[in-house]
Amino acid sequence: MNRETVLELAHISKHFGKLIANDDISLTLGKGELLALLGENGAGKTTLMNVLFGHYTADGGQVSAFGEILPPGKPRAAIEAGIGMVHQHFTLAGNLTVLDNVMIGTERLGLLRSGRKQAAAKLRGLSERFGLQVEPDAFVADLSVGEKQRVEILKALYRDARILILDEPTAVLTQIEAEQLFQTLRGMTDTGLSVIFISHKLAEVMAASDRVVILRGGRTVAEKRTSDTNRAELAELMVGRRVVRPVRTDQAPGRNILSASKVDIVEDGRKLLDGIDFTVRAGEILGIIGVSGNGQAALGQLTCGLRGADTGTLVYDGHQANGFSPRMLVTSGTGRIPEDRNTEGAIAEMAIWENAVLERIHEKRFSAYGFVNRARCRDYATELIDRFDIRGAAPDTRTGLLSGGNMQKMILGRNLAASPKLIIANQPTRGLDEGAIAAVHAELLAARKDGAAILLISEDLDEVLALSDTIQAIFKGRLSAPLSAEDADSRTVGLMMAGIWETSHAA
Amino acid sequence: MRLERRTQSSLALLLAAPVIAIVIALALSGGLIALAGVNPLDAYAAMVKGAFGSRLSISETLTRTTPLILTGLAAAVAFRARLWNIGGEGQLYAGALVAAWLGHNMAAGLPTPLAIILIMLAGMLAGALLLLGPVLLRLRLGVDEVVTTLILNFIVLLFVSMMIEGPLKDPLAFGWPQSVPVDSDVMLPKLLSRSRLHIGLIIAILAAFVIWIVQSRTVFGMETKAAGLNTRAASFAGIKLGRTLLGVACISGGMAGLAGAIEVTGLKGYVTLDLSPGYGYSGIVVAMLAALHPVGVVITALFVAIVFVGADAMSRALGVPSFIADVIVSISLLTMLVSLLFTTYRVRR
Repeated sequence: MNRETVLELAHISKHFGKLIANDDISLTLGKGELLALLGENGAGKTTLMNVLFGHYTADGGQVSAFGEILPPGKPRAAIEAGIGMVHQHFTLAGNLTVLDNVMIGTERLGLLRSGRKQAAAKLRGLSERFGLQVEPDAFVADLSVGEKQRVEILKALYRDARILILDEPTAVLTQIEAEQLFQTLRGMTDTGLSVIFISHKLAEVMAASDRVVILRGGRTVAEKRTSDTNRAELAELMVGRRVVRPVRTDQAPGRNILSASKVDIVEDGRKLLDGIDFTVRAGEILGIIGVSGNGQAALGQLTCGLRGADTGTLVYDGHQANGFSPRMLVTSGTGRIPEDRNTEGAIAEMAIWENAVLERIHEKRFSAYGFVNRARCRDYATELIDRFDIRGAAPDTRTGLLSGGNMQKMILGRNLAASPKLIIANQPTRGLDEGAIAAVHAELLAARKDGAAILLISEDLDEVLALSDTIQAIFKGRLSAPLSAEDADSRTVGLMMAGIWETSHAA
Repeated sequence: MRLERRTQSSLALLLAAPVIAIVIALALSGGLIALAGVNPLDAYAAMVKGAFGSRLSISETLTRTTPLILTGLAAAVAFRARLWNIGGEGQLYAGALVAAWLGHNMAAGLPTPLAIILIMLAGMLAGALLLLGPVLLRLRLGVDEVVTTLILNFIVLLFVSMMIEGPLKDPLAFGWPQSVPVDSDVMLPKLLSRSRLHIGLIIAILAAFVIWIVQSRTVFGMETKAAGLNTRAASFAGIKLGRTLLGVACISGGMAGLAGAIEVTGLKGYVTLDLSPGYGYSGIVVAMLAALHPVGVVITALFVAIVFVGADAMSRALGVPSFIADVIVSISLLTMLVSLLFTTYRVRR
């Protein structure tokens, strides 16, 4: 297949201080091509796309679209040249309608009449043509994540983008939404649009792309036609070495550590959790699998001590209550890994040592008479950094400077260092790259071996199948009956995730 | 041109920010002084002379600094916890009124030091209680405290007016609306003889250091910092947000109330409606110029006091309206906000 080249990046270099983010990277994109840009966190993918779109000015190299060189540092020029970008974190105004969000910035100021009618017609046309259903008059704040992403894509198409760049588009999507997205993208390339998507997920790169460019450490390490490569090869190219996810070994469970019986959580008259029952025993991993938005957030809050059950009870190591406080859980030996490490797990503006001790600052070793023992806190942080291999960190480093994987290691570390008897791991590997996922899995399995009871809440089927002794699916706030690991395969569990457990497995 | 986030802001940069902000503010205000027909350099020279030229002027400047440190602390403590207390002025008057009332009625019985301490604590309590209302409204009902604290300023001022025209009116003041006087026994001792400077300055500086220690060394300081930066992460860590906010409110309102109590017992001896030339509001500028650092507040309060005292002298000497002081202080706030932006972002072309 020889395609007409629509976009060419030649010898792009970009550094931030001492960090070289892009080192002499060149790539081309053909008309109608679906190109994957694969790499771990920090490989330079996002920087490269920001250079291309004019958010950053490169130190060297040039970008040309449709044969014309783009002036560096000018997003407007990139838009006019027909490049559209969909950022990982959406740039939408929640209090405006879909149509307003799409139109913003396309109209001249001072125009007396606004072309809303034509705009609405154009938007409708685009959404029909590419199968991107959204309601133009809906407020963006009311949309689901998947719908918001559609608005972002429509925004780019509305500006007549011929080249679409998506930064980690599936990071926030469920499996089904992701599949729909790639179908849509495929439909676009069939009509002659060209698409680059950034990813670190091997499965979707293999399934969706025509060609894949692999970045590592700011350099292009390989470029492959997707049909000529395989998952293992890509993984090795991406990480630079062979990564093997650790494997669970058989082990007999111990006593009950945490159980819930008939727990409801109600919000605004809606049941977020609906009569759930589960039990986690010492030395056992209970995997709760489900598509995002089926009550995992409420389950996480319940088990992490942020809210109590409205009806039903929890029993934690013999204590019965409708809920426990975070402090009680932490002091009695619970490790809690929150769903969102950036907004719940750590405070970016604070130092690593502060984040390391924040939830246990009342312990005698860290404070006395209300005064913080800073020397001991720093020593503790140093210990975590060494033991859990947190890279690029010193006790006084601002936590926000850590990469996602290293921040997660910090959170894991502060929970695991105390040898907890219970671990609540809510989406522990979301957004992490292969190397970091393997490290997190190894730590969880080690804690299991030491007798910890682990409640794993995850959307990642591979993860749940690999780690869990027992699996329960969550669907619309209800939990399926437990399924033991021997009986679990991806087909059965996939059905359970869709709420079809009564037929697939008699409780 | 665009802004790019800095990975780390150096200490030198943080220290340079207010200095640069003030220099730019003075340069901009210089234009206005020139419009008034006076050479700005002459005007600033007259200002410095007016603030530092003599023993008297130095003592006056330091006297002015005292309430500004305290209202600056009130704003700095609150803002750091994202509690937008704009009610420093009202809290100051609440503290002042309570101090005048107690100071007038407490002469007999108690030993002087104890009486003074009691009056200070009562002033703080008055300021703190006044802020608790808006904070509880925010915690319970989500009412914006910017609005409630701001409006309370006017309510308190009217209340003070009612009291000094009514129950607390001084019958010997020839009909002037002023409160009963504080008994001379419980007036704060002077720091410098033959001047108006009193030990309130020492109290204010001590307060700044105590707050600094509390913020940087205690569990409470760490928890309020966490709660101010990220409420979700803080509550995940088990920090009780409402409780920390109430604690912050007590300190913030307490500092503003203390400012009022000290102005009455250290300087004026009674309450009038012009007790404070807007110290509560200037405190916000003081806090911002100090980038909310309690020890920095002492220095920036001194700067604002220099501007106010110096501007009066300049006005007398050169005929430039003394309102220029308000202009300089206000512009400094704006330039400081811009400077603060540049401590976290850099400009890229």
